[in-house]
Amino acid sequence: MKLKVGAFLGGALFGIGLALSGMTQPSKIVGFFDFGPAWDPSLAFVMLGALLVYAPLYRWVVRKLDRPLWAPQFSLPTRTDLDWRLLTGASLFGVGWGLGGYCPGPALTSIGAGSRQALLFGAAMVVSMALYRWVTRPRATRTEPNAVVDG
Amino acid sequence: MDSFTPVASLIGGILIGIAGAGLLLFHGRIAGISGIAGGVIRAERGDVSWRIMFLAGLVATGMIGTLVAPDAYAFTIERSTSALIVAGALVGIGTQLGSGCTSGHGVCGIGRLSRRSFVATVAFMAAAAMTVFVVNHIVRGSV
Repeated sequence: MKLKVGAFLGGALFGIGLALSGMTQPSKIVGFFDFGPAWDPSLAFVMLGALLVYAPLYRWVVRKLDRPLWAPQFSLPTRTDLDWRLLTGASLFGVGWGLGGYCPGPALTSIGAGSRQALLFGAAMVVSMALYRWVTRPRATRTEPNAVVDG
Repeated sequence: MDSFTPVASLIGGILIGIAGAGLLLFHGRIAGISGIAGGVIRAERGDVSWRIMFLAGLVATGMIGTLVAPDAYAFTIERSTSALIVAGALVGIGTQLGSGCTSGHGVCGIGRLSRRSFVATVAFMAAAAMTVFVVNHIVRGSV
């Protein structure tokens, strides 16, 4: 129960952060990537704020604790290799982000806000995620639950 | 520059960082939205409910947030229906193929000093900048 409530509150706090920071306004995303006279550097401050908190807390948590407070073990990415999937995937994601002005979190929270554009974008996003997962589903063997995921 | 919001963006970023650190501390998980969502779609037993609850929190915040601050969710760029669908599809496939998005690679991955996430973040930032350049300055506006 506390796992579910905690996850809900985590998602809610994340969503408040997205809205407050401007990530849910596609005009601010496009404004960050348009280096003209009207350049809007706000997005850099979002990353700065998030990293100022996350980077030191990450180090502290994984060094001090053998396991998370409510779960039997940490489920963290272990891969360090660079492959074509990472580069191609990140590039495709970037094109979609620049074109639509939404990344996944802001799209989902904006669907809650009743945005028609977010719903169109988000529906296409979820369907393509499902399609990708279906096409690449493991056949005979089951994958480990925590394999190959960076985030 | 009149839309520049350094203080609100910094505070919003800090909240995102706290939420991510909380998910690590309590659940032992990376707060990557595309990874959390993708894991719902191809679910493992016992690994679904926290994902759904996290995403529900995200959506619920939008439902309440738009009553408090509708401008925060305003879509004010000009994009056609087909452009939005293509964009959503690229984000869906790209984040699954590349194992992460802005949160998973850009915040959590860089915060973990992951080489893969540094490279991915540079790649998606560059691709987004090139796309915005093409949309705003080559085809000039509406797509």
